[in-house]
Amino acid sequence: MKKYDKLVKNAAGRIVPTEINGKEVVPYKGLRQHRPNGKKYGPPIPTCIDYPDDGNKTLESLADALKKCGLKDGMTISTHHHLRDGDLVSNQIFDIAHEMGIKDLVWLPSASFPCNDPLIKYLEDGTINRIEGSMNGPLGKFTSAGKMSGLAVLRSHGGRVQAIQDGEVHIDIAVIAAPTADPFGNANAIYGQSACGILGYSLADYMYADKVIVVTDNLIPFPCMPMQIQGNYVDYVVVIDKIGIPEKIVSGTTQVTKSPDRLLLAEWTAKFCEEAGLLKDGCGIQTGAGGTSLAVGLYFEEMLKKTNQKARFGFGGSTQYLVKMLENGVLDYILDAQSFDLEAVKSVRENANHIDLSVFQAYNYHSKGNYTSMTDIVILGATEIDVNFNGNVVTHSDGYLLHGIGGWQNCLHAKCTIIPVPLFRDRIPVIVDDVTTLCGPGELIDVIVTERGIAINPKRTDLIEKMKNSSLPIRTIEELKAEAERICGKAAKPKLSDEIVAVVKWVDGTVLDSIRKVEK
Amino acid sequence: MEFNFEKSVTTGNKGKGIRSDCFITLELTENGGIQIEIQSKVYVYFGEAIKEMALKVLNFFEITDAKILIEDTGAIDCVLAARIEAAIKLLMKTDKEFFPEMISTNLYHTKKDRNRFSRLYLPGNSPSLMLNAGVHKPNGIILDLEDAVAPDKKFEASFLVRNALRSIDFYSAERMVRINQIPRGLDDLSFIIPHNVNLILLPKCEDAEQIHLLNLKIDELKRIHSIDYPVWLMPIIESAKGVMNAYQIATAADNIVSLAIGLEDYTADLGCRRTYEATESFYARSVLVNACRAAGIQPIDSVFSDISDMEALKENVLKSKALGFDGMGCIHPRQIHVIHEYFAPDGIEIDKAKKIVIAFDEAMAKGLGVVSLGSKMIDPPVVKRALKTIDLAVNMGKLSKDWRSE
Repeated sequence: MKKYDKLVKNAAGRIVPTEINGKEVVPYKGLRQHRPNGKKYGPPIPTCIDYPDDGNKTLESLADALKKCGLKDGMTISTHHHLRDGDLVSNQIFDIAHEMGIKDLVWLPSASFPCNDPLIKYLEDGTINRIEGSMNGPLGKFTSAGKMSGLAVLRSHGGRVQAIQDGEVHIDIAVIAAPTADPFGNANAIYGQSACGILGYSLADYMYADKVIVVTDNLIPFPCMPMQIQGNYVDYVVVIDKIGIPEKIVSGTTQVTKSPDRLLLAEWTAKFCEEAGLLKDGCGIQTGAGGTSLAVGLYFEEMLKKTNQKARFGFGGSTQYLVKMLENGVLDYILDAQSFDLEAVKSVRENANHIDLSVFQAYNYHSKGNYTSMTDIVILGATEIDVNFNGNVVTHSDGYLLHGIGGWQNCLHAKCTIIPVPLFRDRIPVIVDDVTTLCGPGELIDVIVTERGIAINPKRTDLIEKMKNSSLPIRTIEELKAEAERICGKAAKPKLSDEIVAVVKWVDGTVLDSIRKVEK
Repeated sequence: MEFNFEKSVTTGNKGKGIRSDCFITLELTENGGIQIEIQSKVYVYFGEAIKEMALKVLNFFEITDAKILIEDTGAIDCVLAARIEAAIKLLMKTDKEFFPEMISTNLYHTKKDRNRFSRLYLPGNSPSLMLNAGVHKPNGIILDLEDAVAPDKKFEASFLVRNALRSIDFYSAERMVRINQIPRGLDDLSFIIPHNVNLILLPKCEDAEQIHLLNLKIDELKRIHSIDYPVWLMPIIESAKGVMNAYQIATAADNIVSLAIGLEDYTADLGCRRTYEATESFYARSVLVNACRAAGIQPIDSVFSDISDMEALKENVLKSKALGFDGMGCIHPRQIHVIHEYFAPDGIEIDKAKKIVIAFDEAMAKGLGVVSLGSKMIDPPVVKRALKTIDLAVNMGKLSKDWRSE
């Protein structure tokens, strides 16, 4: 089987394969162009005949469970990343598979972390054929060096749920690490030593997989309340000593950036939202857990308080700062897809207005609408932005794959997408002629905030008009790029080979861009 | 030219937390040509450019045989050039100087009575802090060659400061340099006077004689380089003797625009501790304000060193303003905003200024030679100050441009 075949130029002008890992795929057709047809995927029909009447689905070990699920060559195994860099479960799955001599597995994580680096040895020895999900740090370097047997596929969080629901990927076994569970398989993430707040990323996995294993280190008697995971979808429950390292799962406290330059970006971003009338009573906002966007949130809180206004919902990842907004009455609801710190976990547990959200609700493009396009303000990051406002979040300008897409592509659909970035990082310009990898089409990126000026996408004539008399330094993106080049000099382009090592999917399942092997 | 083949020298910084800098190890050899080794985190993008710059500088100094190691963390051209030139000059005596481009946006001059609410200290040997200093919009930036530079780094810092004055855009902030104490500070001047420095801070100034020595050297350099714009002076008073001579210093020359006070050294000189209440320096601060006002220049307060406590900074600024100061130093960009906000005219001051200006306008319209507000006559200097307050309030966004029609 060829890793990829039949290259074409897609609607974004990028050369992409139309056959990936032996399956036909659709090249990107442009924004809002691709209409899926057919039916959603349906998992096999189970029956109570096969499950214990007393509801006790516990098994001795994860190895037992994997064997009972019929683990064999070529299967697709999914995991979630709510345990983040403290995950002790994902690697064990492949340790077991390796011992069993299983080959060519596909790992479908919702994201990978440095703690998953030991999997490189299984990618090398053929236990794992490829990763479909995200490849961070050393896994990204490994992929960029062209060493993965299969072709890696990068999807957004929403794109992953879309692919599972549409049957683009078929999950043979979903392994769900759950901080608290009962013997029937009901589970949640708000109690237990490994509490991570939310399990939203595994919802599609466990509803669509053939087999589902819940792994916990905190087994309690039925019923496990609340039931973030419903045991009726679960085949087996396994108890192990530790599913995660608590201090690496959630940070004790997420911290606002102390860098004066980043604080300036945050201040300007918030002021922009205020002056453009985006921050208003009843608005929906998304801010992440990065130091800069946390600071934006603090400015938002101050501005809302000052004008006696209230945001309706805060969306995406939650932190102590968002929780404070909720508690201080400047925010009605937190719609939470992942909790980043202990305060956030506590708030999910105790505050009725802190809502546990699934990725389907939040991000899935193949649904009857989703929340991203209803959100007024989204603050995101990027490794590169080009003069056409196209964005890159997965590779650096040197061509190496280093980050996952996360919810980035999905969030671009907000009413206003703002990207605060430094104009250059250690002499490396962020605004370039052409992004190394296209992750988000420029049509969806509205505002770039840098420490040397703010560029508004020329397509947003409404915003340009509103900011005509702004006190903020509004400039064109070409001016910003020229200034970066005046300071840093013009950066040389890295040498990339023609060989494709990974593809980036768009939110509708089409192929947006190819990632090339980096020449030594 | 004299060469030193004996040893290898190093300049620049490397190690944890160092960014936008480079560390040069240079050795002049008797043969073997130029051997360049580059280790850079931006090698893919700028490896060739770094090599080109290194060759350009070596060529300029007519060096044909050398071993050079460049450990780079993203230094821009003017930083690379400064580091390499400093290394060369540790090994070789020459009068030649390698100048990076003087960018056109750096050619502005400043007025004697411009606002000097805030001035941001930048260690003279740390390029990463210089690059973005201007975007935080301080009234002035100070490239510090004195206390912020370790004694063994002072030589290389002077090249970096010179190149920064030429090539780094400080976005219309007043371009200041704090030189070393006299006499050493006099040697710093040739690195800054020809490169459009707007203002020189003279540390530990104790008498008018030091000002005369300084101006003698400045005037000589201005003549050599045909400079006809002013270079302002801001002596820093940091000792009991300096305080006693404050008025004499303030009036020692026409190019003195303000006196600043340095409380760390001053309290040490008194033999007491610097306290939060600052009663120990009340006398000195009052003397300084008085001397400045008598001389018609700006009194500037000491820095506030707790960079995390913005509330305390605010209180400090309000106290400072109440004592009569016009501004203060800052050591972190986040302090700038607070300093501007609270040194700027407040609501009461703006309202009073508005009334005076309106009364002035009306008097002018009626052709009256005398301005009065209620039963009070208003002197021309008061009107002038009110106009300045209004200008300031408008510039700082505290008052609308069209305030008259509102």
